[in-house]
Amino acid sequence: MLGSGLIKGLAQTAKNFFGSYHDPARMVTVEYPEQKRVVPEASRTIPFLVYDGEDPELGLRCTACKICEVECPTQCIYIVKNTSKKPDHVGKMQFHPATFDIDISVCMGCGICAEVCPFDSIKMDQVFELSTADRFESLLLHKQQLAKPNSYFGKIHPTEAGEIDIRREQDKRKAEAKAKADAEAKARAAAEVQNAAANSAAPPPSPQTVTPA
Amino acid sequence: MIAPREEFKSWQSGVAGNGSGNGSGNGSSYGAVRSSEAKLVKKTDDSLGGDLLEVAMGPHHPSTHGVFRMDVVLDGETVVKLKPVFGYLHRNHEKIGETNSYLAAIPYTDRLDYICSMTNNWAYVHTVEKLTGLQPPERAEYIRVIVAELTRLVNHTCLIGFLVQDMGALGTPLMYAFRERENIIDLFESLSGSRMMFNYMRFGGLRCDLPPGWIEQAKRVVANYSRFLDDYEALLSGNEILLARSQGVGVLKKDLAISAGVTGPMLRASGVNYDLRKVDQYGIYNRFQFRIPLGEHGDVFDRYMIRVLEMREAVKILDQALAQIPEGPINDPKAKLRGLRPKPGEVYGRIESPKGELGFYLITDGSPNPYRFRIRPPSLINLTILEDMCLGQSVADAVIILGSVDIVLGEVDR
Repeated sequence: MLGSGLIKGLAQTAKNFFGSYHDPARMVTVEYPEQKRVVPEASRTIPFLVYDGEDPELGLRCTACKICEVECPTQCIYIVKNTSKKPDHVGKMQFHPATFDIDISVCMGCGICAEVCPFDSIKMDQVFELSTADRFESLLLHKQQLAKPNSYFGKIHPTEAGEIDIRREQDKRKAEAKAKADAEAKARAAAEVQNAAANSAAPPPSPQTVTPA
Repeated sequence: MIAPREEFKSWQSGVAGNGSGNGSGNGSSYGAVRSSEAKLVKKTDDSLGGDLLEVAMGPHHPSTHGVFRMDVVLDGETVVKLKPVFGYLHRNHEKIGETNSYLAAIPYTDRLDYICSMTNNWAYVHTVEKLTGLQPPERAEYIRVIVAELTRLVNHTCLIGFLVQDMGALGTPLMYAFRERENIIDLFESLSGSRMMFNYMRFGGLRCDLPPGWIEQAKRVVANYSRFLDDYEALLSGNEILLARSQGVGVLKKDLAISAGVTGPMLRASGVNYDLRKVDQYGIYNRFQFRIPLGEHGDVFDRYMIRVLEMREAVKILDQALAQIPEGPINDPKAKLRGLRPKPGEVYGRIESPKGELGFYLITDGSPNPYRFRIRPPSLINLTILEDMCLGQSVADAVIILGSVDIVLGEVDR
């Protein structure tokens, strides 16, 4: 019968219409400014820089190695290396960036910078309310705006941050243990040298002779 | 007579059949024939003093699916000449590919056909893997098939939504399509971190493994999808308006389709059994049972129907892949992220994207970036026969013929 297909289709529409009042599968919209959907852990928008501890300048993990600047497909990262060095988490002296700018009007959020960073420094943020009134200045993010604490990173990417924290802690322990072992070895070597020197010379004076009578 | 076509009935049962669907072989010689002999074109009725009217449809016309212009010459309502004009969305993709490293080209491929970013990624990494000999492990191959078939579902559902919107179904089917797409997009987001620009595949593997619980969620989405397809078909496939508007409209002959290099659902709707998943069997497609739906008439309705049936086959592939996926590594141990410098040579790699054959052609000279980076976009090639399909049809039909070609301007213009 001509028109039966139409009626069947209208029945579908009716099903969907009434379903949209009680069926959770058909209630899909979120009333955005009031409600916000929970973004998944993997979600990414623009990059940010992680720093350890309290001071963004002192704890910044970035060593200005410029790998992200080279690999960035849109070349939106601009880094100037500082001339001085500061110790990193294992106590090794590293450079740090004097300038670290990301032009987020050019950044396409691909996440390659975070992927290639060998220092776990640049990571992907989850902020998405990025609109500004100014096209140029406000969309060029400097080091001060980009630096965010490790606790924030741990909040948005708990799994990844947890793994990195454990690894860095291990590195630190290893470095400390190595430093300690080195120091001990040095001390031992020094003692041996001293012993050898002492053995070859006169026997050490006994404590009795040193103490005043 | 307005009726759904009987030849598609056997596909609706959802039983995996053997062979490759209804026959294609009334052995025509695939010679080059242009169909635009313009038999259908009416002559202007001079007694009314009528004149041909030139209209530039687009680039801001809502029916053109983006910034695309059709310069049509009309005799009343009838199209007598049509010239597709594109390039408005050109953004130098291929040249950027030549100046950037191999890795940095991956996020740009997301932006080719922005509805099917996963298959674009796959086509590019497939090409580079062919060049360098990297071999993705088993699990990565399965994940690639899964995301590619999910992409096919997204693309075909949205295309059908847009197509029937061009016919005048204002929004309803499109909104249903987008509602279902949302579930798949959520899957992709939890996997890759982005909702459209996934940047997920890497040479010799993938960027990250599946998050916990992803397979179960994907199984739920796929199970719901075949229910949704039943609903969608109940809404559309028997609809008399859709049948009247699409049957016999925009016929593309088999010979012309072949000689023009048309691929994908467009070609199969014209009755040519050619699907790279069967022909090349790239990845691990030889492990799955699925059929290639074929049309007979090559009109808009067949193109619609082929896409519906392809979605059903994609659901079947997904069921098999999600059940079989093994544990294991996701990256070739030889693969490294940075500093890829392939030996000098050239390579053409292609896969069956939802729109047709998506190919990448690379010439390398041993430097960290390709010497030549060329893309064969299915949308562009399928668009070249637009005039042949539109001649003699009315303006309103030209709109739905364009809709049935399934173009994304990001890919046409690059």
